[in-house]
Amino acid sequence: MGVGIVVFPGSNCDRDVNHVLNDVIGLNTRYVWHTQKSIDEYDALILPGGFSYGDRLRAGIIAAQSPIVEAIKKKADEGLPILGICNGFQILVEAGLLPGALVRNDKLKFSCEWLKMEVLNVDTPFTNLFKLNDQIRIPIAHGEGRYIISDDKLKELYKNNQIVCKYKDLNPNGSIDMIAAVCNEERNVMGIMPHPERASEPILSPEHTKSNARLIFHSLKNFLSSYTKY
Amino acid sequence: MLTKQEEFYLLKKLGRKPNSLEIDMIDAEWSEHCSYKSSKKFVRSLPSRSKRVIVGPGYDAGVLDIGDNDVITVHIESHNHPSAVEPYGGAATGVGGVIRDIISMGTRPIALLNALRFSSLNAEDNTSKSKWLFKNVVKGIADYGNCIGIPTVGGDIEFDESFRDYCLVDVAAIGLGKRDEIISNHAEEDDLIVLAGNGTGKDGIRGASFASKLLDDEDRSAVQIPDPFLEKLLIEATIEATNSKCINAIKDLGGGGLSCCLSELSHLVEKGFEIELSKIHTKVDDLSPNEIMISESQERMVYIINRNRLSRFQEIFNKYSITHSIIGKVHGQDNLKIHFQGKLIANIPSSLMVNAPLCNRKSMKPDYLKVLKQRMNVDKIIDYNSVLLRLLANPNIGNKRWVYQQYDHEVGLRTVIKPGANASVIKINDNKFISIKLDGNSKHCYLDPYYGTLGCLSEACRNVVCTGARPVGIIDHLQFGSPENPQIYWTFLKSIKAIINFCKYMKIPVVGGKVSFYNETMNSPIKPSPVIGTIGLIKDRYHITNNVPINGDSVFILGQSSEEMAGTEYCSLIGHTEYGNVPKVDLETDRKNNLAILDLIQNGLIDFVHDCSKGGIGTALAELAISGNVGIEIDLQKIPNSCSRHDFLLFSETHSRFIIGTRNTNSVKKLLRRKGCIFSEIGKVDTIEILNFHYSGEDIINLSVKDLNRSYNTMNQLMD
Repeated sequence: MGVGIVVFPGSNCDRDVNHVLNDVIGLNTRYVWHTQKSIDEYDALILPGGFSYGDRLRAGIIAAQSPIVEAIKKKADEGLPILGICNGFQILVEAGLLPGALVRNDKLKFSCEWLKMEVLNVDTPFTNLFKLNDQIRIPIAHGEGRYIISDDKLKELYKNNQIVCKYKDLNPNGSIDMIAAVCNEERNVMGIMPHPERASEPILSPEHTKSNARLIFHSLKNFLSSYTKY
Repeated sequence: MLTKQEEFYLLKKLGRKPNSLEIDMIDAEWSEHCSYKSSKKFVRSLPSRSKRVIVGPGYDAGVLDIGDNDVITVHIESHNHPSAVEPYGGAATGVGGVIRDIISMGTRPIALLNALRFSSLNAEDNTSKSKWLFKNVVKGIADYGNCIGIPTVGGDIEFDESFRDYCLVDVAAIGLGKRDEIISNHAEEDDLIVLAGNGTGKDGIRGASFASKLLDDEDRSAVQIPDPFLEKLLIEATIEATNSKCINAIKDLGGGGLSCCLSELSHLVEKGFEIELSKIHTKVDDLSPNEIMISESQERMVYIINRNRLSRFQEIFNKYSITHSIIGKVHGQDNLKIHFQGKLIANIPSSLMVNAPLCNRKSMKPDYLKVLKQRMNVDKIIDYNSVLLRLLANPNIGNKRWVYQQYDHEVGLRTVIKPGANASVIKINDNKFISIKLDGNSKHCYLDPYYGTLGCLSEACRNVVCTGARPVGIIDHLQFGSPENPQIYWTFLKSIKAIINFCKYMKIPVVGGKVSFYNETMNSPIKPSPVIGTIGLIKDRYHITNNVPINGDSVFILGQSSEEMAGTEYCSLIGHTEYGNVPKVDLETDRKNNLAILDLIQNGLIDFVHDCSKGGIGTALAELAISGNVGIEIDLQKIPNSCSRHDFLLFSETHSRFIIGTRNTNSVKKLLRRKGCIFSEIGKVDTIEILNFHYSGEDIINLSVKDLNRSYNTMNQLMD
């Protein structure tokens, strides 16, 4: 029971997500090593950030071929909440669980900075505690985070309300329409480029004030507790 | 290459003629890079004891007790020669090397810092390699550190013409562990010796020797190739194996490859080794035994393990798909015996290998110091506004966002004070934090190596104090030209003397360090470039200063400003570089002022504190106005000083000074008076976004924060 944190060789935010879920949010977790075949016992899965397989070929593509991803796809079909953060988002896109693609930032360099994003869909397991158009102060850290998608598919995203968050004021990587987070049509799978786990403790924000980014995890907790009730 | 005397010494000690493999092994280990033969006797005299120091300076990382069974490990390394030839790979492998020193203690790396030196970024000069070196060094560090998931939390960058066609790349790393879990580095007879990680290849052959001579040819095969993904796996596997009590001793492979690793490890555990080279996994088939022994292929570690723990060890390394070979066993007391396909091909006592005959170098005061001017002869300046803007635009002073945004400085959830501030603060737990800063000033160290070095120490400590931390350890990286040049060697000795005097007086131990000589190109030697790191400890989260000026704050200065203009950024701006009075640290004042600041912070009396260093009071206040996006108004008449002119007062780089902002003026005054400090209330913070310095009603500087900010970001604009 609890949230499974899927660890690939080269994942490097697994321990951070684990700390926040356990010590800040109050959710049980277990690490799921990429060779593990059975993932039946988890209430939700998080694919944390990092450099799985050293970002060789391109970010996320090798991890997307691992056996566990087949099991994750099955779980996604069954409606299990699955969140990919940064490299986790890249893996979900490469695995075909989320639409679009993530390519090199428009300035062709890695960027680590705090910025703002805006919530556009509050009807997902990860955003249900936000109000529409809430702003979140949150850091990014990626070199391949520019979200692209064909015009037709972009229209579909809007139609289905699959754009969960957009960057606000400043586009850090050249993403189309400033997109920072998307979900699948069913809303149970979400990918997000910024790192909510890095903004979940007041002392780590630049102003040392409480950021609402942790509501992404609280939303998951909220979703899971109401789900159990039914 | 061994000298005639070294060859003779070797012959005498060994009692026979060494064969070619033995000569290659000795040549690597006796290189300046590995043996410290020109510096060892002086480095030994650095004060390195305190009740916190568990392991002092040595081969790998120093270990510092920070209470409650927590220890931090600290190490600093440079990768100057390789980076000057191949900046991306050189800098990246520099990061990899220092990280492996941290995991060699069984501790998890939690932060990286770097100090970089390049020649000026002159956009018009298309013969300068500076921009290319700068861009690729930063990218090399970023790609490596980001991939392994260790945050790069801070650094120090300096641009100076003495680094033309060259660069210095120093990387420091911090690790965190438990006191009772650090690797004790011991070995028993018949323990197994395992080499894990990268295959041994032809990269980095003779790297240590390459780094121990002048950079006259660009020997690319001496530069190593980085693989951060493999390093990340090595980190995780080593920590897992350490926690599973599989490991008796660890050593990383750095300069000098297997030769240096095995001899130093054998000497450390006081046991002999029997090694079979044909067991080693290699990248190519045609490696000779000599090449295997001195290859510097990266991402390799040697482990000594008890036979009973082998299966568990292999289970862990197989989980991470890390190739590993059992390359030999512990046997006997001292000798390193190397076999190839069953045949003994080298047999040398490790005590002989690791104790290179020390050099007695000549030292002589450099000629250039004898002709320095003692009197300033500078035209009066009219437009102070433009001087301040030009200083802010100087990349030695300006914002370094272009650099630190390329580093993931957040991963690990520890970075409380982020890059770009006085010093970086890293969270250990909810009520324990460490603060760290690297500082250097080659202009000051060139004009006066003793007071220049003292200034670097003072500045690094002051930056750490500004975050609310008490300094508990110093690391030093001493970088000079050839020690065979008596005039350069003299500057090295002065620098060492400054560290000894400072650390003794302040009672702060040196916990790690490194000496790097032969930093010269065919053009010239570099300026003496010691880099000093200070590690501080904060025991209460409320003692961390946020350092943002708030409207209504009264502004104070702590410390006396003297006319100490030599080597200042202002003097280089106006082309006055042969003048000789650098800022001189008064140790007692320095200590008193640091303690006063800590007292103010711990009593919650101040909103911000900022040190005055490069660019003096002028740039310190500009930086504050920019950081808070507020106006600051200062009365120059109120600043305690002995300067004969406004420009000297504004831009002198006198040490031991702080700018403070407070809403508790009376309490601050009372505390500073009681401490016997020289201080004065000099101005106010307000909402009109203008920085104003005035003297008897006349505006000396009057600039909008927007204009300041634009100049301050000049380098970011240039590099983007």
